[in-house]
Amino acid sequence: MPEHEPDTNAIDKGQGRAHRVEELHDHVVPIGVYVAVFLALLVGTGLTVGASYMDLGIWNTPVAMLIAVTKASLVVFFFMHLKYSPKLFWLSMAAAVFFLVLLLTGTGSDYVARVFLNLGNPGT
Amino acid sequence: MSTEPGGVPAPYGRPGAPPPPPERPGTALRERANYLSAGYGVKSWLLTTDHKRIALLYLVSITVMFAIGGIFATLIRLELITPQGDMVQSETYNKLFTMHGIIMVFFFLIPSIPAVLGNFLIPIMIGAKDLAFPRLNLLSWYVYVVGAVFTLYAMITGGVDTGWTFYVPYSTHYSNTKVVLTGLGIFINGFSSILTGLNFIVTIHKMRAPGMTWFRLPLFVWSHYATSLIMILGTPVIAVTVLMVALERGLHLGIFDPALGGDPILFQHLFWFYSHPAVYIMILPSMGVISELVAAFSRKTVFGYSFVAVSSLAIAMLGFLVWGHHMFVSGQSVYAGLVFSGLSYLVAIPSAIKVFNWTATLYKGSISLDTPMLYVIGFLGLFTIGGLTGLFLAATGLDVHVTDTYFVVAHFHYIMVGGAIMGYLGGIHYWWPKISGRLYPEGWGRIAAIIVFVGFNLTFFPQFVLGYLGMPRRYHYYPEEFQVLNVLSSAGASILAVGYLLPLVYLTWSMRYGRRASANPWGARGLEWEIESPPPTENFLVQPIVTDKTFQYGAEEEAVIV
Amino acid sequence: MSSGGETVHAGATHHPELRHHFESMAGQHEASAFGMWVFIAQEILFFGGMLTAYAIYRNLFYDAFAAGSHHLDVKLGTVNTAVLICSSLTMALGVHAAALGKRKATALFLLLTIVLGSVFLGIKVVEYKDKFEHHLVPGAHYSAESLRGAHGEELPADTARHSEIFFALYFSLTGLHALHMIIGVPIIAYMAWQAWRGRFGPAYYTPVEITGLYWHFVDIVWIFLFPLLYLIPHHA
Repeated sequence: MPEHEPDTNAIDKGQGRAHRVEELHDHVVPIGVYVAVFLALLVGTGLTVGASYMDLGIWNTPVAMLIAVTKASLVVFFFMHLKYSPKLFWLSMAAAVFFLVLLLTGTGSDYVARVFLNLGNPGT
Repeated sequence: MSTEPGGVPAPYGRPGAPPPPPERPGTALRERANYLSAGYGVKSWLLTTDHKRIALLYLVSITVMFAIGGIFATLIRLELITPQGDMVQSETYNKLFTMHGIIMVFFFLIPSIPAVLGNFLIPIMIGAKDLAFPRLNLLSWYVYVVGAVFTLYAMITGGVDTGWTFYVPYSTHYSNTKVVLTGLGIFINGFSSILTGLNFIVTIHKMRAPGMTWFRLPLFVWSHYATSLIMILGTPVIAVTVLMVALERGLHLGIFDPALGGDPILFQHLFWFYSHPAVYIMILPSMGVISELVAAFSRKTVFGYSFVAVSSLAIAMLGFLVWGHHMFVSGQSVYAGLVFSGLSYLVAIPSAIKVFNWTATLYKGSISLDTPMLYVIGFLGLFTIGGLTGLFLAATGLDVHVTDTYFVVAHFHYIMVGGAIMGYLGGIHYWWPKISGRLYPEGWGRIAAIIVFVGFNLTFFPQFVLGYLGMPRRYHYYPEEFQVLNVLSSAGASILAVGYLLPLVYLTWSMRYGRRASANPWGARGLEWEIESPPPTENFLVQPIVTDKTFQYGAEEEAVIV
Repeated sequence: MSSGGETVHAGATHHPELRHHFESMAGQHEASAFGMWVFIAQEILFFGGMLTAYAIYRNLFYDAFAAGSHHLDVKLGTVNTAVLICSSLTMALGVHAAALGKRKATALFLLLTIVLGSVFLGIKVVEYKDKFEHHLVPGAHYSAESLRGAHGEELPADTARHSEIFFALYFSLTGLHALHMIIGVPIIAYMAWQAWRGRFGPAYYTPVEITGLYWHFVDIVWIFLFPLLYLIPHHA
């Protein structure tokens, strides 16, 4: 990385030079939002631990995943600023998740057919 | 073909093409500052962030890897001349075809066009000064080299014999060869791929010149965008799969171990989830090259541009849905096989759309049979055969009969060599004047193209027959009745080798003795043809503004298809 | 055709961090952020591949997975989850401070993030040690003796065998995650140092932002790993 005079603040204030000051973000997220998300994440953690001690039958796993997805979404949209980012960035996350789901379901379908539904192969 | 004084044929004497600049004998390099003259010396190359220089770094490395992969191919074809396994032992032969596959797939085909032509051309084609992340681009190359060094070191210290597909549990438990080391090399190389794809995606989204809307982008750029999507979404899956194999083999974290209940078919699902889309990484860039070349040498814009553009995305998308067609006989559920078979037929459609549109571009075009065009025509025929035989294989009934035979080997070589490599060579020739500032000798170019075509067909067409007759792949001894076809194939391989060596010789020759190239020796359209040959380091001295006219070949030449 | 060698300038002085191939700081920032998002997309598939293996085996060998999970220390896991969430907060506050040009606050928050990350790794070391002591590291010395079923019984032979796959995935997943943290810590340290030197401000805080994106992603991976590994309920 190039060495340079580190007085960026002076440059931003336009001291001594004709210079257009650039802002990068229109939106600076207020700290209160961060703290609220933080608390929500802690609550979510408590919830997921609590839910694991309850016998919800086959719903345990979906509930755990729902809580995890909610927590992850809070991190993604607020800590990672996705809410305030171009829709292109949303698209890149959606694409990754979509293909992961494809990997899971495509591979899983072989096991569902072979093992769980015991469809196996003809003649076996 | 007319000749100039000195016996060098004048290759570009087509109406409308500018005459080559007069050569003054005895003068030293008299040329304006360009990216090649912007610094001599090892550091200026090894620490460059100029995408054009990085492209040349890649060109050298992948040519070296291609030569090494070719040496393995030579040894394989030599062994297969006789029905007995008499040249090498079986274990050695296993290593030969494994290393041939690994080097050709991971270290040649996957990087080739994107890392060389893509790196060089994408910024220029979109009107930018460089890729979005030039230093990351240089890092990609270093990562590639490190991966190659690891893999070659594994090869020298004993090699790998698992096949390039390194199926478990052989690769995790029973093989006594350098699996982990090779896997590490492939893993590292995967990151080179990922970083290149990342760079291309951000560049194409964010750095287009004013007026360069998505549907004015050259088809070369579209195909590289689609390729980059696959690189980003697919490569990490094989990276983590190689990692799991290495962890199982090295640290006994037995994820696929049948003794613990592990399932080898799970490995195959994870492996092919990437490795099928990987074949589209290998062919899509080549299709992009063909789109550019077919337009330039028919002097017509590609027929159905938007269909060709979107078909690249369709191939990328659908390519992720068909991996199970590599596993029809693996023990995978036959119902999964049914679904994968149907989807495989679907993925042929966008490829077919491209072939039809390229052919329609030729119709009533002003065709000139220069070297790049010869590669295009070869591509059209050979890719079609390769693609159709892919459909044969997608039919589960037939696949059961020919899987793991030379039929499969012939099919993928028709696509990879008859398709991808022909496109690569066509592109190298087409853009050679831009890259080097020199013209290659057109006569030799055409001769080499024809030799490649003849050699290729003689090598691989007999393999379709061999496979259909039942000769299995990865065997170095075979029944006597297969010998004639094997000898034909090996003879073809020697011709093919000549065809590949020729460009190495005359392209290198041209860098010093070739005629100087003008900005647009082909009379083609596109931003790269509006700057000097070779280009200045910053590509454009003035920010280009793109309009519809940038890519048109002259309205009066546009044919109306009735 | 290009004209003779004059380079056209925008007229104004460029920000010292503006690279030659970008037109503006905003464009550079957006491209860099997009690059990190694309990298994160790739990471999703990277962890996703391993999670696919996990998902398949969890469904094939549920009892073995539950037994293995039951052995993991939920308290430590919960503490670690909370620690990582705190580190995400400090990271977000660090980016916030950098965007406002507050160099001391930026450096402080980034250092706090490193401390919290180190606590996480320290707890992981404690957990790994426990696995070693109970012979739960896959390999020649693996033993399912210390695992218990839903009603406290010893595991049947098949389930005991399958439990080794659970621990293979446990070590692989948490090891990979820890590796990502180990890579992240020096990067954050570098950012803290650069922030201390006053390099960042409203016109340029891109490196801190994209470091933050990386770190938050590492947190998200753990958000999934925690319930998947530590909280598998026994089924009757």
